[in-house]
Amino acid sequence: MSLRDDWLCTASYIQSVTHNSTSIFAPAATPAQSAYGVSMLVLAITLAIFCVVAGLLLFALLRYRHRPSNSESGQEPAQIYGSNQIELSWTVIPILIVVILFLATTRVVFSTQRAPKPAESIDVIVIGHQFWWEYRYPKFGVVTANELHIPVSDPSHPTPAYLTMSSADTDHSFWVPRLAGKMDVIPNKINVMWMDPSTPGLYLGQCAQYCGTQHAKMLLRVYADTPTQFAAWIAAQKKAAVQDPNAAAGQAVFQHNACISCHTIAGTVATGRFGPDLTHVASRDTIASGSVPNTPANIRAFVDNPAHFKPGVLMPPMHLNEHDLDLVTAYLTTLK
Amino acid sequence: MATQTSAAVVLDQTAKRGPGRQAFEILHDWITTVDHKKIGLMYIGYALFFLIVAGFEALLMRIQLAIPNNTFVSPQVFNRLFTMHGTTMVFFVGMPILFGFGNYLIPLMIGARDMAFPRLNAFSFWISAFGGLLLYFSYLGGDGLYGAGSAPDVGWFAYAPLTARVFSPGHSTDYWTLALLLSGVGSIGTALNIVATTICMRCPGMKLNRMPLLVWLYLVMSMMVFVTISPLTAAQIMLMLDRYIGSHFFDTQAGGSAVLWMHFFWIFGHPEVYILVLPAFGFASEIIPVFSRKAIFGYPAMVAATVAIGFISLSVWAHHMFTVGLGAWGNTFFVFSTMTISVPTGIKIFNWLATIWGGKIHFTVPMMFAVAFLFQFLVAGLTGIMLAVAPFDWQLGSSYFIVAHFHYVLVGAILIMIFAAFYYWYPKITGRMLSERLGKWHFWLFFIGFHLTFDFMHIPGILGMPRRIYTYEADRGWMILNMIVSSGAIFQAVATLVFVFNMIASYFKGRIAGPDPWDAWTLEWSTQSPPPVYNFAVIPTVESRRPLWDLKHPEDPDTNYEL
Repeated sequence: MSLRDDWLCTASYIQSVTHNSTSIFAPAATPAQSAYGVSMLVLAITLAIFCVVAGLLLFALLRYRHRPSNSESGQEPAQIYGSNQIELSWTVIPILIVVILFLATTRVVFSTQRAPKPAESIDVIVIGHQFWWEYRYPKFGVVTANELHIPVSDPSHPTPAYLTMSSADTDHSFWVPRLAGKMDVIPNKINVMWMDPSTPGLYLGQCAQYCGTQHAKMLLRVYADTPTQFAAWIAAQKKAAVQDPNAAAGQAVFQHNACISCHTIAGTVATGRFGPDLTHVASRDTIASGSVPNTPANIRAFVDNPAHFKPGVLMPPMHLNEHDLDLVTAYLTTLK
Repeated sequence: MATQTSAAVVLDQTAKRGPGRQAFEILHDWITTVDHKKIGLMYIGYALFFLIVAGFEALLMRIQLAIPNNTFVSPQVFNRLFTMHGTTMVFFVGMPILFGFGNYLIPLMIGARDMAFPRLNAFSFWISAFGGLLLYFSYLGGDGLYGAGSAPDVGWFAYAPLTARVFSPGHSTDYWTLALLLSGVGSIGTALNIVATTICMRCPGMKLNRMPLLVWLYLVMSMMVFVTISPLTAAQIMLMLDRYIGSHFFDTQAGGSAVLWMHFFWIFGHPEVYILVLPAFGFASEIIPVFSRKAIFGYPAMVAATVAIGFISLSVWAHHMFTVGLGAWGNTFFVFSTMTISVPTGIKIFNWLATIWGGKIHFTVPMMFAVAFLFQFLVAGLTGIMLAVAPFDWQLGSSYFIVAHFHYVLVGAILIMIFAAFYYWYPKITGRMLSERLGKWHFWLFFIGFHLTFDFMHIPGILGMPRRIYTYEADRGWMILNMIVSSGAIFQAVATLVFVFNMIASYFKGRIAGPDPWDAWTLEWSTQSPPPVYNFAVIPTVESRRPLWDLKHPEDPDTNYEL
């Protein structure tokens, strides 16, 4: 590989890192930003400590290595048993460093976890499931899954999203590194976190607490919308499900199978709560909690055998015949 | 003194056994032994076996993670692999290997003929060993009587409610629970034995402040075992009650608390890290002075720092729970306690540095490992400070950064010092030196592999990669890093094979060591290599921390200086 190829390879690698980045060092909201700030401080301090101690160690190893040629090589070096002054100094200096770090940390802990809640914040209820995310917007009467939409927040007129979180089954953890540090999603416990993305865009993340077989593909997608986009999205999600007469056959298949025991499609007999709400499933970019693009082919493959994309998923294979699979796929793709 | 001498004379005249011992006789001898040296060696051998097993599990995981969306193993198998790897390494490698060295060395270092309770010693070993076998028997019996069976897949800290029967049917979790219960009973037994031995069995003149630092570290470590294994055992019993008689301690479906399990587990789990690292500090505190040719710097400060670590480590557990939602005040307390522990730990590093300072450093293989330990433990400590900063931990907790951090402690500090201990005490144990040449190959291969794996493992964590995922998305920029991490694992595996080969080959062909090959200063080097069953023909009397130094340098004995 030539040097130029090498360079191109590195460049494309760096680009891939920044493109779909989930780096904690690319903060895009206040909680991630303040964590980043204190991280830089602690990195600087620890780097300085490393340089001093490792430098001294390296110096001692080189300077005091045994030299067999030396005329006194047979003799033992001077025995030194200790020094109270020196012990005191390397006790007191670390204590001072600890005090500084502790105060800096405490400031960020309180500014993040005790931040006053602005009046116009957006409330979202987050429910972790094996292996997907349920989002409910109680003020708007909207229920959706796996793709969280929140508005960007203007610092002069803050509209942060407050996520009130709990779990329906095992422990999960909500982690979108560019927006905020993680917060665990635990059954029988209510946790709250907030985020105020400053620039519109898609922020990725994933479940960060081992929650069962398919923990790895319990992905997170947070869409930070402009206020107009967000209003439009809410308006679309509030509507009842599309009733396309062309898809009536598919709807019938859906309603005559076990689908309705687990999935809700608002305005129909499907009122299950165990799986994701499918009222507007066709409006989402992905299926299978973010693991594959939302295409008819993927929907068909998923309904046929969910474990094809997500081994260990709790949805069973539906055992539909080819014809019914086509019909159900057609129905689901109308649910804009 | 007189009676002890006469007893030794009698023992010395015991008829030597002929060369033609039957295999059965040897086996019977080892199984029924209550000799601290043989039990120590069985602990070590058993731990080495599991080190190979759990290391192999790590290799399989690294193959799976080398490229995104790999299908080398299924998610079910991967989840079992990380559960078994973690559980095995902590409970059936770390604990037994350290107890093994403790068992072997402590009586020799304090001039005793055996542990205080030899039969308890044997019981503790066998019950721990049974725990390990039970854990692996789950591969056959985990599902119950039907089907192929399966190992536990709940992670080594087995967070509730994943362990509840509804999420973990079959018996795999029960094997995990019982294995830990049994190993815990064994650990408490051996800890009790170590405490009683160090308190009661020291030879004349060996006051507490003349004990070798290794013995001090084992004493503090054993005290910690009492305090920390108990909540773990209690939690295992509560989990069993939940699973079998319908109590609801951790059963969240019926109002139990998942957070309660976390507290129970981490009040054990964090001190456990110090339980594992204190013996490694002990090895360092013996090996570094000998190869720097200087007395340990600041012995009283080292002892004080050890005791401080012992106490403070009991108050830091919820730094594993910064993301659980303890609230700002709860988090602040554990930030403070966790940062505080860096002070005594720092004192230790500085004292080792001062021991080297002004010495004549001999870079033998044990010393090379000890030097690597110093650098790597420094890094592990500093990343630990980063993780103590709660907002940084909200980002880095449960990510690959934390996996890198604790492997820096467990491999970079503890396992590296265990290797150092092997090279240092193997001549005492077998009477033959390990090959320095192979030792250097082992060191450099392992050193390169370790840094390839665990240095680069920090970065995916910073880039948002959580731990315990069997595969990852291709578009996150984690692939090249994971590939480097996986390639390092190969170096470490080869290095370990070199080490095993060295141990076997040197047993037959190594240079004869003699009683004191390193020109060392503690009592174990005063007896033969390997030591006779009774350790010392005459119980020694000591007047300082370095009795052999006093013998070798009558013109300048330690007794002139020590306080």
